Amino acid sequence: MSSAATASISLPAEPSAVQREPNPPSQRRTIPRWQDAVFEGTTRFFALFVLGLLLAILIALSIAAVPAMQKFGFGFFVTDVWNPVTKNFGALAPIYGTLVTSAIALLIGVPVSFGIALFLTEMCPVSLKRPLGTAVELLAAIPSIIYGMWGLFVFAPFFGDYIQPLLSKTLGNVWLIGPLFQGAPNGIGVLSAGFILAIMVIPFIASVMRDVFEIVPPVLKESAYGIGCTTWEVVWNIVLPYTKVGVIGGIMLGLGRALGETMAVTFVIGNAYKISSSLFAPGNSIASALANEFNEAADPVHSAALIMLGLVLFLLTFIVLAFSRLLLAQLAKGEGRST
Amino acid sequence: MDTTIIKGFVALAALAFGLSAHAVDITGAGATFPFPIYAKWADAYKQKTGTGMNYQSIGSGAGIKQIQAKTVDFGATDAPLKGDELQKSNLVQFPAIIGGVVPVVNLEGIKAGEMKLTGAVLADIYFGKIKKWNEKAIADLNPGVKLPDENITVVRRSDGSGTTFLWTDYLSKVSPEWKEKVGSSTAVAWPEGVGGKGNEGVASYVQRIKGAIGYVEYAYAKRNKMAHVALRNKDGQFVQPDDDAFQAAASYADWKSQPGFYQILTEQPGKTSWPITGASFILIPSRSDKPASTAEVLKFFDWALKNGQKMAAELDYVPLPEGVVKMIADEWRAQVKDTGGKALWN
Repeated sequence: MSSAATASISLPAEPSAVQREPNPPSQRRTIPRWQDAVFEGTTRFFALFVLGLLLAILIALSIAAVPAMQKFGFGFFVTDVWNPVTKNFGALAPIYGTLVTSAIALLIGVPVSFGIALFLTEMCPVSLKRPLGTAVELLAAIPSIIYGMWGLFVFAPFFGDYIQPLLSKTLGNVWLIGPLFQGAPNGIGVLSAGFILAIMVIPFIASVMRDVFEIVPPVLKESAYGIGCTTWEVVWNIVLPYTKVGVIGGIMLGLGRALGETMAVTFVIGNAYKISSSLFAPGNSIASALANEFNEAADPVHSAALIMLGLVLFLLTFIVLAFSRLLLAQLAKGEGRST
Repeated sequence: MDTTIIKGFVALAALAFGLSAHAVDITGAGATFPFPIYAKWADAYKQKTGTGMNYQSIGSGAGIKQIQAKTVDFGATDAPLKGDELQKSNLVQFPAIIGGVVPVVNLEGIKAGEMKLTGAVLADIYFGKIKKWNEKAIADLNPGVKLPDENITVVRRSDGSGTTFLWTDYLSKVSPEWKEKVGSSTAVAWPEGVGGKGNEGVASYVQRIKGAIGYVEYAYAKRNKMAHVALRNKDGQFVQPDDDAFQAAASYADWKSQPGFYQILTEQPGKTSWPITGASFILIPSRSDKPASTAEVLKFFDWALKNGQKMAAELDYVPLPEGVVKMIADEWRAQVKDTGGKALWN
């Protein structure tokens, strides 16, 4: 086996063997040109293939969404009617639900992740570092359907019985944001979905933050500690500015997951095409609307409307990514000026 | 190394071809509601004849699409297709099994079958007009039952479903307002409530929200010991859901009246009829380009309709009456042909 393998490897190199003979040490470096070209071509093909696939998906979605575009036009984005019987569809409620649940997820997830990463890199005893870090990563490996089932059978009852009554007693009376926390506390709704999403994005954001915090050169931190900075001052003034690009990248990764999450959200969001003032009320997200209705959407306009929803989600994710790139570019510019 | 991998692939491919060569398995896809009984029939049929039947419960709408695209040997749907739709897609439709949908509640101190409701009250609850359990409309129907002063939470399916079709079809028949404003379909624009995914989603919402009302398949409610509600049927009698009540509703159906056995069994006459009963239907091509497979499908359902009654009863479904089984065989004889026009059933 092994002799056959070496033979087959040396075989293509045969034509250039004569050239190589006078200078054996450089033998390994002179690989024939055509191999380089093939390698470059192959890798370029792989890279372009991804781009092509992306375009193909976009085009396929757009074509399939044409009946809905023709029928509803721009109105699709600003109406919150979703009626399969009268074949009247508008995406406002699911768009709203998608954005609000993702915003809640980040609002909770980012500070918690920051805390986890800060503890793991700056304060954690060495013996705890490995097990805790692995636990965070394991959380990221749990399939989303498990989060959904856990959310429905364990989290929602607990949330409805203890957390929601507490929230409506405290935050429910606060000026301006009060209405957000009023209503029937049944554990199912937009806020619950946001919480579940927060738990799901934390491992992503936390592990990226931990990894980038760890690459801060020790000499920077040590000099800050040397002039008497507290741990917080070191993290806030040295670590965070040094790693902001990575941190924002991690947050965007989490946001991407939150926007597109399907099963976990479907289980706890309540699946009602409604925009309510209360976060306790049931809502809907784009991904869960697709998961719920695609199977039974026999009518062409209905399935076109669902595909159009998919296109909206695609564009939404694209806008978020573009926005984060823009933010990073702005940050890079600011960096040049201030230091 | 490479050669071992290639050998492996060759072996796999040979295995796959070998399997498909000697098996004449039939495939079907569609409604989730009859999935348990189809699976049970398939199992028994395989043991008896060696012919397997793969059924994918992907939903009625998807089942219709699949049989139209001819990717499966038969489709299954809870909402029957009308005659002109059948003709357009060159399909033959026949019923295979009957079942019922029941309202279930979660109220302290109210046992299964204790609460009575009418269709009109149910529609008002699902409109969100009746908001509390002790309101007059409900109290009037339930003298002697202690109704709690609790908010009603309406629970319904979030996914498109044949169960929802039967439920909304019933509400449309008993409430003109429902018919006009919401209508009936496998998914509708619900005026009120939270949506659970699948029977299990609705069941778990109802079980955990105090004061909730929802609807699930009868078999599901029975197995999970949920508190179902007695309903007033077309003859003005309050009935409890059970196999006999579904059977009673089915016996009034006039299967001959419309092409493709188009019958929706909700709100049927009869003293003992359960008002939310429905049949689940099978779709096969009327001009089959795979006559061997279609003939196998017919053989399977012929066997199931004649021998599968006991298995159906075990799973709380209702088998079709004998007269209907005969009518189905006649329909096959007249309608199901291969591309050359030769009848596939005789």
